[in-house]
Amino acid sequence: MDFLNTHLLTTILFFPVLTAMIVWILPSDQVKAIRWTAFGGSLIAFIFSVYLWMNFDPNLAGYQFEEQYIWYEAIHSTFHVGIDGLSLTMVILTTLLTPLAILASFGIVDRVKAYMMLFLFLETGMLGVFLAADLIIFFVFWEIGLVPMYFLINQWGNPKGERELWGGIKISSRNYASLKFMVYTMAGSLGLLLAIQLLGVLFRNYDLVYLTQRWTSLDPNGTLMGVSTATVKTIVFWAFVIAFALKVPVWPFHTWLPDAHTEAPTAGSMILAGVLLKLGAYGFLRLVLPLFPEQSAQYAGWMAFLATMAIVFGAFAAYGQTDFKKLVAYSSVNHMGFVLLGIAAAATKIGTEDATIALNGAVLQMFNHGLSAAGMFFLVGVIYERTHTRNLEDFGGLFPLVPVYGGILIFTSMASLGLPGLNGFVSEFLVVRGSFPLLPIYTSIAIIGLFFTGAYILKGIRKVLHGPLNEHWAHGEHKLTEINLREIIVMAPLMALMLYIGIWPTGLLDVINKAMSALF
Amino acid sequence: MSLNLLAIFPELLLLILGVLLLVIDPFWKKEDRRVNLGWYSAGGLFAVIILSLIFARPTGSESAFGGMIRYDGLAFVFKMLFIFAAALTSLFFMDAERLQNRAEAYLLLIASTIGMSLMASATDLVMLYLAIETTSIPMYVLSGFLLDDDRSTEAGFKYLLFGALTSATFLYGLSLIYGFSGTTQLEAMGGFFGTFNPVSLGVLFLLVVGVGFKISLVPFHFWAPDVYQGAPTSVAGFLSTASKAAGFAVLIRLLMIAFPQMAVDWQMLLAILATISMTLGNLVALAQTNIKRLLAYSSIAHAGYALVGLVANNELGLNSVVYYLIAYMLTNLAAFAIVAAFGRVTGSDELRAYDGMSRRSPYLGLAMLIAFLSLSGMPPFGGFIAKVLVFAAAIQDGWYWLVFVGIINSIIGVYYYLTVLKYVYLYRMEGEVEKQNPIQVSRPFVLGLSIATLGIIVVGVIFSPWFGLAEFATKGLL
Amino acid sequence: MQFPVISIIVFAPLVAAIIMLLMKEEAKNEIRVVALTTAVFDLILSAWVYFQVYMNPTMEYQFVEKVDWLPALGISYHVGVDGISTPLVLLTGIVMFTGVLISWGIDDRPREFFAFMFLLAGGVFGVFVSLDLFLLFFFYEIAVFPMYLLISIWGWKVTREYAAMKLTLYLFLGSVFALVGALAMYFTNYQLNGVLTFDMLEIEKAGFSAQFQYIWFLPVFFGFAILGGIFPFHNWSPDGHVAAPTAVSMFHAGVLMKLGAFAALRVGIMLLPEGAKQWAWLVFGFAMVNVVYGAFIAFIQKDMKYVIGFSSVSHMGLVALGFSTLTADGITGASLQMFSHGIMTALFFAATGMVYDRAHTRQIPELGGMVKYLPWVAITFIIGALVSMGMPGFSGFVAEFPIFMGVWQVSPIAAIIASISIVITAAYILLVVRKVFYGEVPEHFEGHITPISILDKIALATLVIFMVALGTMPFLMVPMVQEGVNNVLRILGGA
Repeated sequence: MDFLNTHLLTTILFFPVLTAMIVWILPSDQVKAIRWTAFGGSLIAFIFSVYLWMNFDPNLAGYQFEEQYIWYEAIHSTFHVGIDGLSLTMVILTTLLTPLAILASFGIVDRVKAYMMLFLFLETGMLGVFLAADLIIFFVFWEIGLVPMYFLINQWGNPKGERELWGGIKISSRNYASLKFMVYTMAGSLGLLLAIQLLGVLFRNYDLVYLTQRWTSLDPNGTLMGVSTATVKTIVFWAFVIAFALKVPVWPFHTWLPDAHTEAPTAGSMILAGVLLKLGAYGFLRLVLPLFPEQSAQYAGWMAFLATMAIVFGAFAAYGQTDFKKLVAYSSVNHMGFVLLGIAAAATKIGTEDATIALNGAVLQMFNHGLSAAGMFFLVGVIYERTHTRNLEDFGGLFPLVPVYGGILIFTSMASLGLPGLNGFVSEFLVVRGSFPLLPIYTSIAIIGLFFTGAYILKGIRKVLHGPLNEHWAHGEHKLTEINLREIIVMAPLMALMLYIGIWPTGLLDVINKAMSALF
Repeated sequence: MSLNLLAIFPELLLLILGVLLLVIDPFWKKEDRRVNLGWYSAGGLFAVIILSLIFARPTGSESAFGGMIRYDGLAFVFKMLFIFAAALTSLFFMDAERLQNRAEAYLLLIASTIGMSLMASATDLVMLYLAIETTSIPMYVLSGFLLDDDRSTEAGFKYLLFGALTSATFLYGLSLIYGFSGTTQLEAMGGFFGTFNPVSLGVLFLLVVGVGFKISLVPFHFWAPDVYQGAPTSVAGFLSTASKAAGFAVLIRLLMIAFPQMAVDWQMLLAILATISMTLGNLVALAQTNIKRLLAYSSIAHAGYALVGLVANNELGLNSVVYYLIAYMLTNLAAFAIVAAFGRVTGSDELRAYDGMSRRSPYLGLAMLIAFLSLSGMPPFGGFIAKVLVFAAAIQDGWYWLVFVGIINSIIGVYYYLTVLKYVYLYRMEGEVEKQNPIQVSRPFVLGLSIATLGIIVVGVIFSPWFGLAEFATKGLL
Repeated sequence: MQFPVISIIVFAPLVAAIIMLLMKEEAKNEIRVVALTTAVFDLILSAWVYFQVYMNPTMEYQFVEKVDWLPALGISYHVGVDGISTPLVLLTGIVMFTGVLISWGIDDRPREFFAFMFLLAGGVFGVFVSLDLFLLFFFYEIAVFPMYLLISIWGWKVTREYAAMKLTLYLFLGSVFALVGALAMYFTNYQLNGVLTFDMLEIEKAGFSAQFQYIWFLPVFFGFAILGGIFPFHNWSPDGHVAAPTAVSMFHAGVLMKLGAFAALRVGIMLLPEGAKQWAWLVFGFAMVNVVYGAFIAFIQKDMKYVIGFSSVSHMGLVALGFSTLTADGITGASLQMFSHGIMTALFFAATGMVYDRAHTRQIPELGGMVKYLPWVAITFIIGALVSMGMPGFSGFVAEFPIFMGVWQVSPIAAIIASISIVITAAYILLVVRKVFYGEVPEHFEGHITPISILDKIALATLVIFMVALGTMPFLMVPMVQEGVNNVLRILGGA
């Protein structure tokens, strides 16, 4: 037990890798064993993180459960991990979604072993980003997360469809999507890498605590490497911002998202929307705001503008979709816009009550969107598995055929829409409440965007569930089957949490609030 | 034993050996001739080496026979070198069809060796001339030994003519020296030929012509390709090694003892000669299609390399020349031996005939690899050490441009040596019938080649004793 | 005197070569077994040495052996390892081992093949451990000429003769120039200190004048760096790589090029530090060209092996770049890169060889879908690709990051330009992966692609393990390298 207490974070972090190793030595044809081992392993990781939650003291500022090991002395980087309220929230989200996503993947039959291993490696990658307290470790896990996702989309994504690259080269859609995902993210990472190198050269230390202190206390009128400190800071700021903005994704860097989400396999989309997007927002909260308070304040207006555009255009775009999955994809753009709005607003006046409220909203929105987006993508997957189409026009009036599914879909959509009583409302309200005093114009436009959020969600539901019954699905071989037990089990925890946070947000919000107050 | 006797101890033994050979030969049965002659000569020569080492090793530098010859390290080391080369060559003779049972061949070999030994120890002009002729005339005959082969006759004749011409030039130079200095003793001449003086330079040049012929230095090299090509291959091997070394011995003595004060002049002269030898030798070798001619031009180039050490005119330089000659002797003997064996079996000396040789006889191929890599100056073979030492000496004395020329030439050398190896290892025979066409060699040949090849490696890896030998040879010369 | 482990490591391959040459030509399997046994033996020994140095990293040389060779000229057999050469010794052991495994199928005179390969290996080991200048050249040349034979005899028929000759002449030329420089140092040391010695530790303390160092640094450094593939003398490398048989390419790119870079460091930078400081800018500039230009050229190649060949030129440029920064970070990164790239490129060539042996083409447009028949090859190639891009979690990142830190300290603009190469590298290597391993399988390959043998799998797995190990646990190698680098910095700072 003592080992666990002193090494809890590394245990949570590497347990998925351990599970992957066990999966590796299982025979390839024992598909059931592979699936259940992977599920079991990720579930155990979740249990560990619950244990972490219970032993976490929200009243303490700074990192808890810190661990630091010698790693790469030559560049003065240590393997330093730690958790605070912000990262704890994200860790819980990740370890919750992964087993659910694995459970959702029980329908995959092609190369199950490789699929599960990649998924588990992906989990470690994401956890690593959240747990890192050293900039190099952050970067390492940030990049590591890319590779499994690339292959998941590429190999197990939607096999149909073709896109054209430059010069008339045709590649399949999933290839296109995964490549775009990879290239965009790596382009951002390049700037991030250069910025990190610069920090390393200047400070010879990558520890986040140390850096935050030293970097912000630099004399603004001095010079760094022959250029004025302010200029260097601005350049590094933008390098960080672009890298994270690509991930969130911030409009106009979002164009990889619809393709990636749509072409990815169901579970891949769940994780992609549920967790990976949060990596970007996390980067803003963990690195950009603490390291660059002046620049953040200076450019907050720009960020808020982009966020608002994301909210509005995301909503419009979602409304215009005929592909159900793409609709949900754009809804992610829309929802993540709120996160960014909250962050941008908070940046303008860090430390004030309004700012803290906005941040609370942003973080809670990250968590909530994780739940609802994962849920929505899964539900799209459920219908797709049965109908093999995602075209909204192909559906219609399915509610009587699949009432349970319909109910769940409506519930989840309402959470996504922000119905009071469900989690979406709480976070969106907090964001708006916090941002309005700070950035009234942008917030107003965002609220109008909210209106359209409702529009597209309701459109989605209407097209699928309501209206005249599409006879095609009612009889014969295309008869729609109801949602089965496994699928319900996937949705149940999500729904429970959505309700719980909607009615009694304090449980989670308290931790977040204390963390945000402590950080800023 | 008296000093005089000790001084010519090896020569005496050689003489006895030769005379005995002549006497006993008629009594041997025809079919036994080859075996008897060969082992007798080889064994006898090795015995001479051993006996000389035991009894007649010089401890210092003394004059004998009234100043005619010198009993010192230089003479002794070179003598051992020549006799060793002759011993190996007699082993190779046993493999050569038309030499193997001819007593005259072995006798001429021994006679020439006597001449060379005297050349190495001569300190009197007349003695020197006599020794050179004693060396050359048997070699003329050996070159033209194959009477029914036009090439061989031409070779012998050409060698004779050229040799006579340069001999005359040399003699003229000697007479001029006598005229100016009033003495024929090398030791006594040291003071006469001082600094720059057109006459001295002229005399020096005449001497260089004579010696240059022996060493096959450009522009006195014209005989070499034709003679090497025409003469029986084992003879060519002996010519290219021992004869050349003898020339070097004479050159060293002349320059160090008789012309030390003109060092500045002869250094430059030799440097120029070395440059054109290396360059011409290598460049023309590139164009060759006959392996014997290629090796001939290669030896011209190597003469140039060895000369660089002499140009340096310092301790390391002299040591490096001796070392070079030791390594080179082993290498070239091995190379020519292989060519001889191959020529005997296939009847061709064309380069392209060697296609696939490594498959026909892997060990012969390997020996060729070792020999040619040593020629190109690759470790772990003697050629590498030799080249490094020679260039090091030149650098020490500041001859950077010469070293640069040497380096460029080495690279050109690498090119054609590797090309030959390419034929041997990569290319295949017509119809890929190598396995059916092996190269048979006799036992003495194997013995001789093994000694030579192992020697190349030993000289390249464990070089302290050989360097010690070189130091012993050059002690007190500067 | 302690057990002469280093000498055994160096001479074992040479002895094995001689033994193999004496074996019957028909005893092919016995020959292979002898080769493998020796390779395993040497790998274990080099791993043991590595482990010992890992447990006790110091700035001094360890496992030192010294025996007089030619005292009259100050030549001695002086060997030892330090933090920088130990990983390289291990690398040679690994490449030797995997090279033998990959070459198991060579059926045309395996005896000569393995004999020459081991001659090469012995020479390479020798250079890495030499502490005497003469000895270093001795082994350096021994490592050059077997390449000619190996490439021209067993290489790719189309260009092997040309490539082999070009390579040999180029490398010989470079080494001879460096040799002249070494001799100059030898004699100048004699003039300054009255001692004739080739011992590098002595020459380090010779106290050459700045002028002398400025002049001689160029021939010495560039003479060796030619083997390291520095622009503009890199031309021999791509052709050499492509023409060589698989195991020889592995040796060539994996180890031999490191020989050049290493000797350039040992002899050029460590013995002529003032010259290094004077000319660092030139090396830096050329290295930048290597890195960026090499990447661009790799991008447009149609032959898989040429892609990897030019990729080597680019990655070795990073090594030279790291050295030229003359900073702790840069040199540390360069040393790590030598190991990381060595393993990675060995893997690339092994994988390429496996594809070529089965598909009989290396043209990228003609290949496709190999993952179906060669999954191991595909996956390990992908891992190699990730290393090549500098993906964190693998050895490439661990090596490249400090190099970039060093470059930042010299010129931030250069760091940004150099990082372009990372993007281009990612582009070309992913393109190769996509086209060769994924996508449609051309019809004529259906059913003709045999799976790889267990030996091939062992070789690939070995290489991958090292890349991942160094990437996730840099503390396994970094401390010893740091000590070695400290020694270099001491020389640079003190001089």
